[in-house]
Amino acid sequence: MTDLRESLLPEGWELVVGLEVHVELATTTKLFCGCANRFSSDPNTNVCPVCVGLPGSLPVMNAKAVDFAMRLGRALGCDVKPSVMARKNYFYPDMAKDYQTTQYDQPTSTDGELVLGDGVAIGIERAHIEEDAGKTTHVGGGGRINDAEYSLVDYNRAGVPLVEVVSRPDIRTIDHAKAYVSELRGILLALEVSDAKMEEGSMRVDANVSIRPVGSDELRTRCEIKNINSIRSLGRAIEYEALRHVDLYDSGEAPRQETRHWDEAGGRSTAGRSKEDADDYRYFQEPDLVPLRPSVEDVAAIDAAMPVLPKARRARLSEVSTMSADVIATIVERSQDGLALAAIDAGADADKVLTRIQNDLAVDDWSLVSVESLAGLISMETAGELTATQTKQVLARLVEEGGDPEKIAAQLGFEAMAVNELEGLIDQLIADNPDEWTRFAGGDDGDRKKMQGFFTGQIMKATRGQADGRAVAEILGRRASD
Amino acid sequence: MSAIDIAAAVRTGNRSAVDVLDEHLNRIDERESEIHAFNLVLAEEARVQAEAIDAKVAAGEDPGPLAGVPVALKDNMCTRGIPTTCSSKILEGWIPPYDATVVTRLADAGAVFVGKTNLDEFAMGSSTENSAFGATHNPLDITRVPGGSSGGSAASVAAGFAALGIGSDTGGSVRQPAAFCGVVGMKPTYGAVSRYGLIAFASSLDQIGPFAADVADAATLFDVIAGHDPLDTTSIVDFIPSATASLDLGVEGLRVGVVQELSGGVGSVQGISPDVIARTRVAVEALAAAGAVVDEVSVPSAPLGLSAYYLVAPAEASSNLARYDGVRFGLRVDADTTGEMNTATRTAGFGEEVKRRIMLGTYALSAGYYDAFYGKALKVRTMMLDDFASVYQKFDVLITPTAPTTAFPLGERSADPMTMYVNDVCTIPSNLVGHPGISVPFGVGDDGLPVGVQVLAPATHDAQTFRVGAVLEAAAKEEVTS
Repeated sequence: MTDLRESLLPEGWELVVGLEVHVELATTTKLFCGCANRFSSDPNTNVCPVCVGLPGSLPVMNAKAVDFAMRLGRALGCDVKPSVMARKNYFYPDMAKDYQTTQYDQPTSTDGELVLGDGVAIGIERAHIEEDAGKTTHVGGGGRINDAEYSLVDYNRAGVPLVEVVSRPDIRTIDHAKAYVSELRGILLALEVSDAKMEEGSMRVDANVSIRPVGSDELRTRCEIKNINSIRSLGRAIEYEALRHVDLYDSGEAPRQETRHWDEAGGRSTAGRSKEDADDYRYFQEPDLVPLRPSVEDVAAIDAAMPVLPKARRARLSEVSTMSADVIATIVERSQDGLALAAIDAGADADKVLTRIQNDLAVDDWSLVSVESLAGLISMETAGELTATQTKQVLARLVEEGGDPEKIAAQLGFEAMAVNELEGLIDQLIADNPDEWTRFAGGDDGDRKKMQGFFTGQIMKATRGQADGRAVAEILGRRASD
Repeated sequence: MSAIDIAAAVRTGNRSAVDVLDEHLNRIDERESEIHAFNLVLAEEARVQAEAIDAKVAAGEDPGPLAGVPVALKDNMCTRGIPTTCSSKILEGWIPPYDATVVTRLADAGAVFVGKTNLDEFAMGSSTENSAFGATHNPLDITRVPGGSSGGSAASVAAGFAALGIGSDTGGSVRQPAAFCGVVGMKPTYGAVSRYGLIAFASSLDQIGPFAADVADAATLFDVIAGHDPLDTTSIVDFIPSATASLDLGVEGLRVGVVQELSGGVGSVQGISPDVIARTRVAVEALAAAGAVVDEVSVPSAPLGLSAYYLVAPAEASSNLARYDGVRFGLRVDADTTGEMNTATRTAGFGEEVKRRIMLGTYALSAGYYDAFYGKALKVRTMMLDDFASVYQKFDVLITPTAPTTAFPLGERSADPMTMYVNDVCTIPSNLVGHPGISVPFGVGDDGLPVGVQVLAPATHDAQTFRVGAVLEAAAKEEVTS
């Protein structure tokens, strides 16, 4: 991994980043009412008195959301303790009650850590439950709340359950920031508590960025960067912000604590609200909801049902194969490690299985590829019954239709060519082309390479591409040293 | 005719619900113009309900325990398709799309809603003078206030406009007007009656309660409206003992404590009229004569309740009333920007007392003031809970006057909020600790106007308040006839 301290910041400066990640929980219904947790519908169709904040309505806590939040807390190694909901008071048209029901001084989960692939641990300060707001569209004028001609509000998203995961300012490099988000995403997918899609907003990352002199442990004024829509944007936004801070300090100024808006197209951020004149949110305990009191048994049950998390899953693949950490990470990220391990268990060569999955199974839906079919296919490849190209073709067919790899190979005309049959063909070819053979067997490296191409080409022509290139090379090599 | 008698007559077909309704509508015609108990009389809707009940009886079905009983509903409870105003201009034009749970329960029990009653705006007040639609007058002396904030419901029952009334009690808003109007009013244990559909004033204190002409009717109404509601998380899941079943148990051996701090005893709060204290003492003697074991008791934190209440209630109100922003429902005063529209709407829509409390509450929750105000009020609440818990180890019920005085003249206290606030000094403690309390008329004061005596009991012992109330009621009757 590259180190920002060396590559981006001038000598003497260190990057300090903390991330706040909002995760939409994949519950069927909203956090406090029975409305569908789905906001791609027509505006204001998944709404009721509760999520529009009509007078007299009361929230009822979604037990599933609490369960999901506690699962996430435990997966992050947090203490999951009794907690209370609180009201965060501020006026905004898409916040139906003009307060957000969230958690404040007694969140569900505190004091955990997220261990990245290279072993670096990033502290988790807290992970708390809260409701999402609706969506405001400002129309006309300058397109902002204070200069629009009018504004439209869609409350479909209002009351959607969120967990906000707040890291400690432990991140020192851009690569670690990116790794943190992708690791968190992997955990969310493993827990099946969110679909965690940054580009669709079901996982939203805000970055708190500051810099400090290397060797110092101070926390300087930070800026919070919002509107980061991908892991790539996260890296760009942090880089931009850190360098902006360097420039400010170099010119004798200092950053102001503020919220900044990342503009991906422009590659820059613009100043938003200053934190100095920030709202006073007047937090207090939500009197309409009773405290959440998970018992020791509840937490134990969550631990007992904890799925194997990405870190442990990567370790398993490393144990059984010699593939690189990157390949293994990719396969775990795609949740294909279960399939891989099962195919390996079924007798297929581990490295080959991982190579094929990494290269040729980069698809959204591989549900038709059964363990047996994958294991069978890789075994055929290993045995030389299929060439690499043929294996890829059969795998592509398996993705689309499923089925038995041997039958597919047969349908595609990939009849297995026995090694002795291939040897016979090669011997015949050698006999028919003595000059070429002499140049291959006795020539210099250039000749040998050229002639290997000639013989392989001839064999492929004769077998209509069904011979295994590597087997051909191996036989040619053997004949030359005979 | 009592509610119990009306229901019995209607259920047996001896009287039609329409006939009962007409009788009450006639009384409304005669006196409503001088009393102004209602924001809206539901003559037509009530007739439809009454006819449906008569049809049920004719078809041999049982319309329920409140068959054909006219009920007056405080206008801060949501009624589907019927305007619900909280006596505020800010809810102008809003028609709830849903019924409060209490409304559903009453309709299911066969009740007929004669109207939506006047209140202090958003239930903030003790005289029903703070209504955007004009004050309600006390039916016993129309120069006097009916008490508040549920003054309209209390006056309806006192004037015979309805056999039963529904109010809400945040600091005494059922019990104090009951005392002023010479009827029975009761605040249940917090959570005994669902708050779903009750437009919130102070969520941790609000509780819906019954008004009736006598204790047995009030108990009947309580039994109908009490019970768990999954739509209100703070509603009690456990079974609430029947109030009607305890009416005839008497007080033999019951341990009764007179709270000296609220009854003119040692360390008592100032301002409780001598005639009110005298009536309370007579009531205590009557209980002793009926076999109760009576003693003085100190609840040292009780006098602190008033101060704590005027921090907690406005704080919650400042948040609860934020949603009246002109965006989704009710009044909207247009302006150039959303923020200016919010301000213009709230400035025009809220009355002076509501604005005062929003400002008090906003201040009490503000950063830098929270600990000194709201935080300290919460500590007082905890202290009161401890005090009552230890007192209830030695006593089954406690006695205090309901209000420091009898009904005062209209306009007398509206200029000085502090003298108005003191009205609730005896009733507030039970809201802060969530305990039940009942006010039963017990004779008259020096001015010939009714005095109410209050019976308090520990949480979920609601039935106990009715039991003692029934004995007081009998004693008061005996006093008059002897």
